[in-house]
Parts: sequence; C-alpha cells; structure tokens
Amino acid sequence: MKQKILWQKDMNAKALDQNYVALIGNPNCGKTAIFNQLTGLNQKVSNYPGITVEKKIGKLKSDFDKEINVLDLPGTYSITPESIDERVVAEQVMDWIHGINRPSVIISVVDATNLSRNLYLTTQLLDLDIPVILALNMMDRINDKSVLPDLSNLKDKFGLSAVVPMSALQGRGIDELKNAIQTAIISPKPKKSKMLFSSHLEVHELLNPLVEFLQKQFDYKPRLARVQALRLITRQSVVDLYRPPHTAEHNFDAEIVNEIEKFREDAVRAIEKAGLNHRTLEATIRYTWLDNLLQQSENKEINSLKKKSRSENLDKILTHRIFGPILFITLLVFIFQSIFAWSTYPMEWIDAGVRIFGNYILDIMSTGILRDLIVEGVVGGVGAILIFLPQILILVFFMTLLEDSGYMSRVAFMLDKLMTKVGLHGRSVLPLISGYACAIPGVMAARTIDGWKERLITIMVLPLMSCSARLPVYAIMIGAFIPARKVFGLFNLQGLTFIFMYFLGTFTALVIAKILSKFIKEKGRSSFVMELPPYRIPLMRSVFRQVYTRGKLFLFNAGKIIMAVSIVLWFLASFPKLTTDSTNISNLGQIETVNPIHNSYAGKIGHAIEPIIAPLGFDWKIGVGLITSFAAREVIISTLATLYNIEDDGENMLSLTESLKNDINPKTGQPVFSVLVALSLMVFFVYAMQCMATLAIVKHETNSWKWPAIMFVYMSVLAYVASFIVYQGGTLIGKF
Amino acid sequence: MHSVADFKPGDVATIIGFSGGMELQSRLVEMGFVPGVHIRIVKFAPWKGLLELKIRNYHVSIRMNEAKNIMAKRYER
Repeated sequence: MKQKILWQKDMNAKALDQNYVALIGNPNCGKTAIFNQLTGLNQKVSNYPGITVEKKIGKLKSDFDKEINVLDLPGTYSITPESIDERVVAEQVMDWIHGINRPSVIISVVDATNLSRNLYLTTQLLDLDIPVILALNMMDRINDKSVLPDLSNLKDKFGLSAVVPMSALQGRGIDELKNAIQTAIISPKPKKSKMLFSSHLEVHELLNPLVEFLQKQFDYKPRLARVQALRLITRQSVVDLYRPPHTAEHNFDAEIVNEIEKFREDAVRAIEKAGLNHRTLEATIRYTWLDNLLQQSENKEINSLKKKSRSENLDKILTHRIFGPILFITLLVFIFQSIFAWSTYPMEWIDAGVRIFGNYILDIMSTGILRDLIVEGVVGGVGAILIFLPQILILVFFMTLLEDSGYMSRVAFMLDKLMTKVGLHGRSVLPLISGYACAIPGVMAARTIDGWKERLITIMVLPLMSCSARLPVYAIMIGAFIPARKVFGLFNLQGLTFIFMYFLGTFTALVIAKILSKFIKEKGRSSFVMELPPYRIPLMRSVFRQVYTRGKLFLFNAGKIIMAVSIVLWFLASFPKLTTDSTNISNLGQIETVNPIHNSYAGKIGHAIEPIIAPLGFDWKIGVGLITSFAAREVIISTLATLYNIEDDGENMLSLTESLKNDINPKTGQPVFSVLVALSLMVFFVYAMQCMATLAIVKHETNSWKWPAIMFVYMSVLAYVASFIVYQGGTLIGKF
Repeated sequence: MHSVADFKPGDVATIIGFSGGMELQSRLVEMGFVPGVHIRIVKFAPWKGLLELKIRNYHVSIRMNEAKNIMAKRYER
C-alpha cells in the first residue's frame, strides 16, 4: 500500500494549482486548429529550436474570471500505446489514472465525417471519471446531416458533459466550446455513463482476478479496474507503462509490476482457452457497443464505402503507379530551383543593406577597437548569415505546404516498397524530407516509425539530408564560383549544382541505410498502417505562422551562436596585434606585406591544421571556418566574413562573395578559391557531422552515446574521403 | 476463405477476422477492423508494396503481407 500513499500525496500537492482542460483526439481530427482557436496566439512554443513539441500548453482566451490552461496532446487512435509517439498520451493518461495532474475537463475532439472510429477513443476517455466534452469537428464537411446520430441521445448514452458541433477551420463553434468548458468546470460532477460492456458477461469472470488485484493494489474504481484489465491483456506495452524507470511522474515497484505481469498472463491464458482473442478483445467490445449505438444500416455503410471522394479522384493521378513518383520528383526539383530563383532579389537587398549599414557605422564611429569589433565582428558575421534568411523561409514554406496538404502521407504510401528495399520504412520519408529543413525535428519525427530497426537507421542517415544550415554554404560557393549559365536551355547551372548537392546527400543516405541494415541486427517487426487523410488546402495563416516561427528561431537562436562565435573569433583573429614592423623583405628582395592576421591566435590555429586539410584544397582560413562550424554549420560563412573583414582592415565592407573571389594564396600567387575548391568544400559540408544539437538529440532518442559516436565517425570519414577524391581527382583531370 | 490481399481494386468485402498471431491486429481492430465491417479495396501502391482501402469512411494503407493476415469474404448484396 506504500505506492498508494505516494501518489495520493502528489495529487493533493498538485490539485491546488490545477485548472486545465486537455485536448485529445485521433491524428488529423483538427485538434491543433481547435487549440490555436482556443488559445489565440498565446501558445507556448517549445524552447528547443525547430522541434514540433509533443505537448503544448496555452492559456484559454476567454472572459472567465478563472485562468484556464489548455493542454494539447499528440494525436492517437487509442490510449493503448502502439508506437513511441503514442506513448506520450498513454503516459499522460496513466498519470491521470493515478491522480497526478488530473485535468478539470477532457475535450475529446472527433472528426464528424468519421464518427465511429473517432468515438472509439472517446469511449476510453469516459472511463477515467473526468468530465468529457465532445467537440464534433469538421461539421463543414458534412453535407447530409442525416448521417449524424441524434446528438442529445449521444450525450446521454455516453454520459458526456456536452456535445459541441463545430468547425475549427471556419471558426464556428469556438464560443460554444468555451461556454461548455466553463459550465463543465463550474459543475464538475460527471454524469454516470453506462458500463460499456455489460453485455460480455463471460469476459468479466475471466478477468476478475486481475481486476481485483488492480482494485486492491491501486484503489481503482470498479469500472476503471475492469477496463484497465482489458487494456493490460491487449498489449504488453501497457504493462510497461507501470514499469520504472519512467519519464512520467507515476512510478511503481518492480515487484508490483511483476505481480501485474503474473495476473495478466493468467488472464490471457484463460481468455485464449475460452476461444477469445486477447489482442482484439477490448476493441471488439467497444466497437460492438459503439456500432450498436450509432446503428448505421448496411446499405448506408456500403453506399458511403462506394462513394469516391475528391481526394480519391485526385489520387488517381497523384499516387498513380507511374505518374505519382514522377510528379513527386518533379515537385522536389521545382522546390529546389525555386529556392535559388526566388531568393535572388531579396538576398541582394539584404546584402546591400548590410553593407550600407556597415559603412554607415564606419562613418559615424571613430577609429578604434570598438568600431573594428562592431563592423568586422558583429555586422560582418551576422550580416553574412542574415542574407540566407529568404532561402530558408522559402524551403520551410514548401515543406509546410507538403505536410499540411496531406501529400506527405501519399509519398510514404508510394515509396514504402523502395524504402524497405534499403532497410528503411515508408514512414522514413517524412523525417528524411523534413531533414532538408533541419535534422532535429526529423529525428523526432522518426518516432512515428514503429519498427525500432527502421527507426534507428532513419535516425542514423538523417543528418546526411542537407539541412538549411548547409544552404548558406552551398549558396555562397555556387553564387561565387559556378557560372550562371543555362543548360539544356531550361535549367540554370547554378540551380543544378544546388540540386546535385541535395541529391548527393540523399543518395548517400540511402546507400548508408542499406549498409547499416546489414549490420544492425536488432530484431523487430515492422508494419505499415497509415491513414491517408483527405487532401485539404493548407491554411495560409498556419503555414505562415510556421514560416515565421522557423525564421525567428533561425535569426535568434542561430543568431545568438553566430554573434557569440563572431565576437570570439574577432578577438582571436585580431590579437595579438603585431608590435614589430609588419613588413619584411622576402628572398627576392621585394617588399611583402605580412598581414597581422597570420600571427593572430586564429591564424596560428588555422595554420596548425592546414597540413591536414591541404589535400582537400582548403587553406587555413577555411580551416578556422571548419572548426567554428562545429557550433553550427552556417557559422563558417560568418567566420570567413569576419576573417576577410579583419584582413581588409575594415577599410570598407566588401561582400563576402567579392572577398572570396579576390583572395590570393601568398605562397602560390594563385587564387585560394577555384571551382574545384568550392566543390570540395560543398561536398565536405554534405557529409560532415558538424552539429552538436543533432548529436545531442540522437543521444536522447537512442538512449546511448554509441549511436551518436558512430554517426560522428562515419560522417567525418565520409566527408574527408569524398572531399579528397573531389579535389585530388579534379586536379588530376585538370592536368591532362 | 479469402484474405484482403486476394481482392482487386473496386472490390467490396466483409471482414471476418485475423489469421495467426499477427502483432498488428490490436492496432487494426482499434482502427475499426472488427468482424462484420465492410471495406472497399481502393488501389495498390506503385510496385505493389502497399494496399489502400476504405473502411468506416476513411482511407488507410497497409502492406500486402499484412493484408494476407486479414480474413475477409466477398460482399454480396
């Protein structure tokens, strides 16, 4: 009984400051749209860059005197966890069952066009002894109201606090929902609903030992004990919810869990002996009850089955076995071309703006260290990165469109067969594609893959997808060194090079996945059950919000790192100042200027590693850039900008492109950069693992240092070898 | 007896149950694949890895080897 006291104490401590409602529903039921409508723009976005948060909390926007918070949980079909992302909801519900953090009201969001499957989850929520409001969403898509059941009957039979027909998309029903929340909070006594499976009496007896144990051990109410017993026999994963160690707040002794396990096994055996299927028992009982209640005639069911929706007609082309894949590739090419083409003008404006600003500061401030720091370090470094904002915004814009329209699940559908051939999964496609924006949300999104082996491989190859932090590197190298020629009269050579870099990373990811699948011997089943949601026109408001959020994250979070690195670098590159004469006489008797930067700390570090990277065609400045880019890839750009500005002694602000083109290697008299060096550097960035944040998230998701370590090593080796081949091979070809 | 994998696009069938100790059946049954419910086969994915079907007014895709474990009979009015 020790356990019981533990959580009861918790309940008392937390019950005082609890006044919140929880939103739960199937994936694609419009839950997040309702959340945004309820909270206005007040939602608390994750403080971790670029991650779609698992749970979101916001303040309810209303004129009640009480402050009410809204908790948004990830979409799930059931509170019995099947995949890792569903565990979040299952664990939360486990907390509630044990009196921790119980919400005042649960809002069960259901898609009105798909009632029976959505209400399945609602029936599970009703057992928790918490008032439930049914938010009947997507009413705008119901043309024929006769398909809906009698709502007041539904309310009574389920024992709901309220049923609110609504359309979050059109903003209808939101006020009614707010009122229903208020009413439910003021009168929090839930009406008793019917015991769901009073019909299956033979099952009751078989479950009794387990039920009694749960009642005795955890003080569950009879109804909860019974459904929890049913859930326990459905899946082993439910037993694991009781098992420590745990991220959730409830925690039980291993001994108690072992006892649950024992009772569970007995119950499973008894049920199988009675000729019943323990895996499907809970769902069968609930659906029997539900289907009986909704009473849809067979004719109606068949008619709705045979009806072809707009989405199905669209899919005749979009997932056609030949046109579908072709269209997908075309779309990707179009997106990457657009990133380059659409951003030209905004980038020029930003570039000009930064230069004008830098020169303005040069004018108004008197010469001195502070002016140098601001112009060379801050304006030069941050400005060099700012210029890539348009491209990143365009990329995020397209990624959000693809996801929000419902197209990404079609891509998973089309490509599953190919993905399984290289050891991945159809559901690897979305994480991999979102890796084009940033690896971190991609690694998180890999949670939706239910096979551990496929999930691990997806995570391991994900950083090979060129993320938006590489984009500035490609863009500046291509802009400076690849001629803007038209090829085949249609494509721009610069755009093609750009696409090639993305292709190289993607292709390598698939090859590495295949290799890893041979080595990783994790046993595990893999399956693919995925809903294909109806297509919808993305809400521009929410697309732009996503673009805005990403842009802000890039500017502020990345900006902070870049600013800090730029300042530190400026010091390293500016000191020690040469005290002796900065000129000496070379062998030939010519007067040669030794730029003080060579003697600075940064110069020394760069020169020290130069022998290692010289075979790749890189000089010491690029070397410094490679080191600083471990803070974040894009930092190499600001590093080079800062270094060049200091070298120029801040006489005036040149754009980085011009500085790169003008840079002459003092030893050879040749330009430092050439097409070959640019290619070698880009290939290095395609492969190199230069992102601490990604390594950290991989450690978190795989729960060991082993995988991030392997990731770092294989990617570093790949980067070095590939750049070596590009530069040395290219040089060799050039000789003939 | 047939499995869902035996049908062609356009066919309507009635779910009977699952064969073998298929792990996935808990999930499928939670998504509404209970005996007596009807489905329509919509299409095969490119390279025939997956099958799309309509059930309870929504579309879902499953792998062919999973479809082989779902028993069904042809629906006749």
